[in-house]
Amino acid sequence: MTPTDQKRPLLSVRNLRKHFPVRSKGFFQRVVGSVKAVDDVSFDVMPGQTLGLVGESGCGKTTAGRTILRALEPTAGQIMFRTNGKMVDLATLSGSQLKPLRPKMQMMFQDPFSSLNPRMTIGRIVGEPLVIHGLAKGNELKDRVAEMLAMVGLNPEHAIRYPHAFSGGQRQRAGIARALIMRPSLVIADEPVSALDVSVQAQIINLMERLQEELDLTYVFIAHDLSVVRHICDHVAVMYAGKIVELAETQALFQDPKHPYTKALMSAAPNPDPDKKMNFNLGGEVADPANLPQGCAFNPRCSSCFEPCGKEVPRLKELDDARLVACHLF
Amino acid sequence: MPQLHENVLEIRDLKTYFYGEEGELPAVDGVSLSVQRGKVLAIVGESGCGKSVTSFSVLRLIQEPGRIVGGQILLYPKDGRIIDVTALGRKADVLFDVRGGLVSMIFQEPMTALSPVHSVGNQICEAIRLHQAVSSRQAEEMAVEMLGKVGIPGPAERMRQYPHELSGGMRQRVIIAMALVCKPELLIADEPTTALDVTIQAQVLGLVKQLQSELGAGVLFVTHDLAVVAQMADDVAVMYLGRIVEKGDVRAVLKDPMHPYTMALLKSLPGLSKPGEPLPSISGSVPFLTDMPTGCPFHPRCRYVQAGRCDIGGPPQLREIAEGHFAACIRAEEIRQQ
Repeated sequence: MTPTDQKRPLLSVRNLRKHFPVRSKGFFQRVVGSVKAVDDVSFDVMPGQTLGLVGESGCGKTTAGRTILRALEPTAGQIMFRTNGKMVDLATLSGSQLKPLRPKMQMMFQDPFSSLNPRMTIGRIVGEPLVIHGLAKGNELKDRVAEMLAMVGLNPEHAIRYPHAFSGGQRQRAGIARALIMRPSLVIADEPVSALDVSVQAQIINLMERLQEELDLTYVFIAHDLSVVRHICDHVAVMYAGKIVELAETQALFQDPKHPYTKALMSAAPNPDPDKKMNFNLGGEVADPANLPQGCAFNPRCSSCFEPCGKEVPRLKELDDARLVACHLF
Repeated sequence: MPQLHENVLEIRDLKTYFYGEEGELPAVDGVSLSVQRGKVLAIVGESGCGKSVTSFSVLRLIQEPGRIVGGQILLYPKDGRIIDVTALGRKADVLFDVRGGLVSMIFQEPMTALSPVHSVGNQICEAIRLHQAVSSRQAEEMAVEMLGKVGIPGPAERMRQYPHELSGGMRQRVIIAMALVCKPELLIADEPTTALDVTIQAQVLGLVKQLQSELGAGVLFVTHDLAVVAQMADDVAVMYLGRIVEKGDVRAVLKDPMHPYTMALLKSLPGLSKPGEPLPSISGSVPFLTDMPTGCPFHPRCRYVQAGRCDIGGPPQLREIAEGHFAACIRAEEIRQQ
């Protein structure tokens, strides 16, 4: 990567939409509506940095992550990805054009129990991407798997073991090894520490941060736990009902959240200090993307709601500190 | 009127073991704790520490190959009786009286805790009519009132709905309504908000707190989340590998921890450290119960371990280090002075 590339985004998502059709019951299964799981999402991720995608279930954070990797077909929008000094729009590529780019973008999953095939050894699981792309075989394959296992803190001699012989934290290390053996530049990590115990969670967070530095990785970190996001991310995008409602530099976001939803999320997160009380009085339910309210999707739960909120969907506006907020208050 | 016992639940030296292919597994090994009337005691620990087995033991919900092999679980209801749950027969009338009447439970998974083929109203009325001599009409009125209390909009209409028509947060409210409709004296909440979103978790926790203080019930709150403990509990017991390693007042334990395990757990929370710096994590992982270390069970992962002292003999006893603050560490005083 040339020095100028360091200042340009590695991933640049523009107006990304992913709508799922809702079909009628019966023989014809006509399309009667759509669920706007991801609706007009745009953001940039700089090389070597971590962008957090935060929100509650159903906000579209996982769908956004999968659509970026073309695990799901985008409905509209651009997914510009920098590879070999050029920007390519992943959204327009065909399957065969996409395959050579696949090693550059990988995924880490949430559940270390269901994301590893119980009938394959750890060595085969970690080496499989190399085999699929025909990048290594025989002793070279073995060596690269051993090297990768050592890098994530697993004993290379354990490559012949099956996933059931490993603890949750060790399995998550294996999942990380599988994602990184291709030496990707972009990694989408979908709740990689949510299923882990506190003490193991800290180990995996440290591992991810160390590997990011060693291998020059760029993360899109999908999570619902704000304290983890605050620790690991450079920028954070808060999503609600398929849209980004606030995007800012991590410190600025946590010190001075602007969007009422960001404020609500932060006040509802329990604090480990018994003297810092959390807010128990948040009204309403998480918005249902299949049945969105008129205007701003957050307006039925918002305490600072006023006249335009029920009519018009707010656009993302840039504030002074380069932060983006989608709220009629600003 | 007889003097009310200050505790509603006392567990004394409880041992619940599982007998599997690997032999005897001491899932809960000598746990003693008490829940005061109107107070919240939290049991906190990582997966496999025995916190859920402890709570299930109180209602005798442990199934084969598990068995309560020792200890007492004493309930002190307001009517002056003393019930030892461990001494009751499997089908004793008193046990059915205890379950759902005197003691009720909120489970983690709001989807599996409700029957999918019965309406919400039916399920709540069933709980009422099992424990109270009321007509079905009265039961229905009580159920509607309770649904309103837990903040479900349009409770009369909701009575006819089935669990699949409700969101996760609403289902958990229904379960809370069902748990509290018979006015239990002890409420066991086993990870009640783990499956919920942050904002919904806040609502449900607030609700549990409010209803608990209205009822004056004692609560045994089981969770893995130290932050939830800080917000909910009056007292806390930290468990590791089937034993309590530290217990005391929530402020004392979380702000001035004495056991190295509690200290390490608190330090590894990402919210408390500076961004960018590595988190002080605990090395290794929780050992299997089949593979219990000698001496202190935590010593292989402990940064204060001293060879020849921590790794020999049996597990250390829980000792009172400061007033009302117990820790099971032989070096607790030395570590405090460092």
